Amino acid sequence: MHGRPRKDPRPKDAAAKAAHLHDLQAQLLQNHRNRTYTKEALASCSKLLEINPEVYTPWNYRKLALQHNLDGVTDPDAVKSAIEDELRVVEIALRTNPKSYAAWYHRKWVLGRRLMPVEFEREFRLLDLLLKADQRNFHGWNYRRFVAKLKNVPDEEELKFTKKMIDTNFSNYSAWHNRSALLSHLLKKKSQGFDSKKNTLTEEYELVHDALFTDQSDQSGWFYHLWLLDQTVCLDDPQLISSWPTHKSDLILSKSNKIDGYQLFPSSNSSSFSLLHTGTFPIILYFNKAVKNIDSSTVSVSSLFVTNEDLNWRPLSTNNSGEACCWVTFLTVPEENCSSSTSYPVEVCLDRYKDIVSSNVSDCKNPSKFTFTVTFRSHSLEQTSKESVEENVVWNYVDICNPQESPCLMSFDQLSINGDHAGEGFKWNLQILSNEIELFREFNDEDSKFVKLTLARLLVAHDLMVPNGSHNHIKSHSGEVLTLYDDLMKLDPSHKRYYEDEQSMVLMDQLTSDKDSLIKHCWQFDEPTSSSFHRQYCLRLNDLSLTRIGSVKNILWVQMLDLSHNKLHSVEGLEALQLLACLNLSNNQISSFTALEPLKLLSSLRVLDVSFNMIGAHTIDTTRYLCSSPLSHTLDAKQLNVGYEKETTEVCDRWEVTLLFRALRLTQLDIKGNAVLNEKFSVLATELLPSLKWLDGKRVR
Amino acid sequence: MGGLEEEKHARYIVSVEKKKDDFEALLIEHLRMNGAYWGLTTLDLLNKIGAIDVDEVVSWVMECQDKDCGGFAGNLGHDPHLLYTLSAVQVLAIVDRIDVLDIGKVSDYVAGLQNDDGSFSGDMWGETDTRFSYCAICCLSLLGRLSKINVEKAVNYIVSCKNLDGGFGSAPGGESHAGQIFCCVGALAITGSLHHVDRDLLGWWLCERQCKDGGLNGRPEKLADVCYSWWVLSSLIMIDRVHWIDKEKLTRFILNCQDKDNGGISDRPDNAVDVFHTYFGVAGLSLMEYPGLKSIDPAYALPVDVLLSSHVPSSYH
Ligand SMILES: [Zn+2]
Repeated sequence: MHGRPRKDPRPKDAAAKAAHLHDLQAQLLQNHRNRTYTKEALASCSKLLEINPEVYTPWNYRKLALQHNLDGVTDPDAVKSAIEDELRVVEIALRTNPKSYAAWYHRKWVLGRRLMPVEFEREFRLLDLLLKADQRNFHGWNYRRFVAKLKNVPDEEELKFTKKMIDTNFSNYSAWHNRSALLSHLLKKKSQGFDSKKNTLTEEYELVHDALFTDQSDQSGWFYHLWLLDQTVCLDDPQLISSWPTHKSDLILSKSNKIDGYQLFPSSNSSSFSLLHTGTFPIILYFNKAVKNIDSSTVSVSSLFVTNEDLNWRPLSTNNSGEACCWVTFLTVPEENCSSSTSYPVEVCLDRYKDIVSSNVSDCKNPSKFTFTVTFRSHSLEQTSKESVEENVVWNYVDICNPQESPCLMSFDQLSINGDHAGEGFKWNLQILSNEIELFREFNDEDSKFVKLTLARLLVAHDLMVPNGSHNHIKSHSGEVLTLYDDLMKLDPSHKRYYEDEQSMVLMDQLTSDKDSLIKHCWQFDEPTSSSFHRQYCLRLNDLSLTRIGSVKNILWVQMLDLSHNKLHSVEGLEALQLLACLNLSNNQISSFTALEPLKLLSSLRVLDVSFNMIGAHTIDTTRYLCSSPLSHTLDAKQLNVGYEKETTEVCDRWEVTLLFRALRLTQLDIKGNAVLNEKFSVLATELLPSLKWLDGKRVR
Repeated sequence: MGGLEEEKHARYIVSVEKKKDDFEALLIEHLRMNGAYWGLTTLDLLNKIGAIDVDEVVSWVMECQDKDCGGFAGNLGHDPHLLYTLSAVQVLAIVDRIDVLDIGKVSDYVAGLQNDDGSFSGDMWGETDTRFSYCAICCLSLLGRLSKINVEKAVNYIVSCKNLDGGFGSAPGGESHAGQIFCCVGALAITGSLHHVDRDLLGWWLCERQCKDGGLNGRPEKLADVCYSWWVLSSLIMIDRVHWIDKEKLTRFILNCQDKDNGGISDRPDNAVDVFHTYFGVAGLSLMEYPGLKSIDPAYALPVDVLLSSHVPSSYH
């Protein structure tokens, strides 16, 4: 089916060949049916396999024949001869088609019987022959791993073989792949000669440099280099890197009798913050990688008004793996027994940190803890709160935030909980990274896509290992990286949107990871009813060409977020923003309801603007398998029908919207300017969102 | 260059079915069940399945079932195998005749091929491969019997075949290959387990499969081939990274592989056409929302309307 020219002149004997093949096939099926395992029958089967190796039935027939013909046979010569026959048929078949799954498996099956000792010399000779003919034949490489395992060949030996293959020809992805797999094993086992990760990686970098700079357009070495980079920066152990409330912050909670509806009360004191929502407030833990086992036994929250055992920790992820970077629990504001104007200290401590593990089964190595205080105030704010719920939020801004007043920037230095990753232990990693950066900068003038991309990745990795904060003053490389991605988009326009996505993450990091840049994006919100105390602040990251969200750990405090007029096609990451009440996603490229799945986890979200996106404009849904659905067995199809009224079913041929809206508690939704809309949509939205008051600027309740 | 030759491709597919005696046809007679699935799906995507005699298809499919074990063979007289059992179930789903099956028996056959380590054998002879994991999981899901296997073990086995480049191989340690990646990502998608995939790492590996001619290859430093349009595109869609390739260039590559005279699509421009590549070409175009084609589901490899009718309550479609 591959590589045959369309205008293939029919050979003169085509009909005869076809007739011959037809006969062999008929004989095989007949012999198989009649269980005829004679010499002649087997010979006919061999001829068939020589012409057409990739058919299971004749191989199955041979297996049955071998079992039948060797049943009760003890003469070693007879056994040997029968086995020889099978190995030979496989070799002949592989000559016709060296990529025949069925032929390769037959050989494995025959040897796996262990009817006679395996002649390893012969197997390796066969492999040498095949891998010489095609160095990338992955059946050959698979078979080599099989034989090496059968013979108990040490990984060190096989590693030498990969080096031999690479030395013959750098452009051998199969060899590099096998090398990375073998080295991973050896490093993990800390085998002799591989006990120093630093030394091993340094040697590997040298090896791959030879390949990279011999032919910069060959992909093989670049993927290996990426793996080495990953090994160099690999922080296996999960760490707590951010939280809300932040360490040493003072929270002022204003109590209101009104339970429904949101209220945001940033106080004027820049080192404190207050909020009230449904009588609870969250504690958010943010780790550098997805972890599991966060519960009241591994994390303790100690304070006078909290019973640790009652706390329920929830992973903020859209899958049901039980793992997430971000975890949340909600503390209930006590009704009576807390006296006003007293500050209550709260300590959050990862007690049994060794039980907190990531998916690669590394556990937390450091005990982390943070503290903050809570003060309860009983301001009477009934008046303003009611109005703010009723009012349709319009995204207007009066002024940029006064830095002195801005609520978000408090305790920015305490964001990084463990402070200093860049301790002694990481010295060699950073050294390697610096060397690589220097080397690739030298080659960067050559307009090679892979040089630029690798340099960008090295710089990002470097910045990741040297976290921002008060402890060091190393300048971030984000500016240089952004330029590299600009270059890459011009150099390799086919992958433009990959570079945009990568650039977006770097840009988000640049915008949010220090106080000076963040302050430029904090705006005071124009709310007609706001009193001086009831002032709202909005983080405006609009019109920045963002395509996806990153660095949410830096903005866990945000309650109003304007991401309008970007190029967002995904909102993954926003699920961590547990304080978020108002979100503006208008004028982006969201193309389905399933892409909004992360918003289901935002229990505070009340105001959502997704107007002028592309919801419903595509027939292929690229997030269908990333959200709960009956197709991925993450949702029982029967649940879809619960509480669903007959009249509206015709309105909506999209079950995704039902699932999304049922999980949201919006009071205001703006959704105009999307392809999905039709005249009945507002009926459906109003029905599915019982708390909805405003739809596209119109009062619905 | 012109667009998709819908009429000619449909005619080509119907004509291939009738040519049974030439050498090329004989070489693939053992996988006629796959051929039926490729052909019927293509016709359905082209909105031309009306040309098919459903009863004839159904009775032939059922004749290929092994009466003892319940599995399906690739053709009459051959041995049953997971590869053909999935195709048989898919064919019956397309013509909306799953009801002719003894679902208990077929699903017992599939479930019985799961090994202790969670992997699946293709048949009683024990060859294991992540392709068979996909066949089993997709097939059981279509039959509504996924609960018959140990899904957790099946998922863990697939995860053990994940490589350091983010891709997947046929067995633990096996090199990443776009076909195997489709099988593994598809199986993880159907079982709601895509969190095991590093989507950015795999997405980059997959989008780098696009060659200068616009086509996609299956591994680094290989030639582009129409069939990888399907394996790579479907995987990229399932992990939400399909925007990382240039769809226009790929569309042009596929259209360039059409035989504009006699219909059919080949692996590369000016090569001989076959049903396999005709299906993958049309399915690839469907994944890129080519106008006039029905849309196909990237995980189950069935037209979306066929799939929804079996998985979502009827009030929704
Ligand atoms: Zn192909």
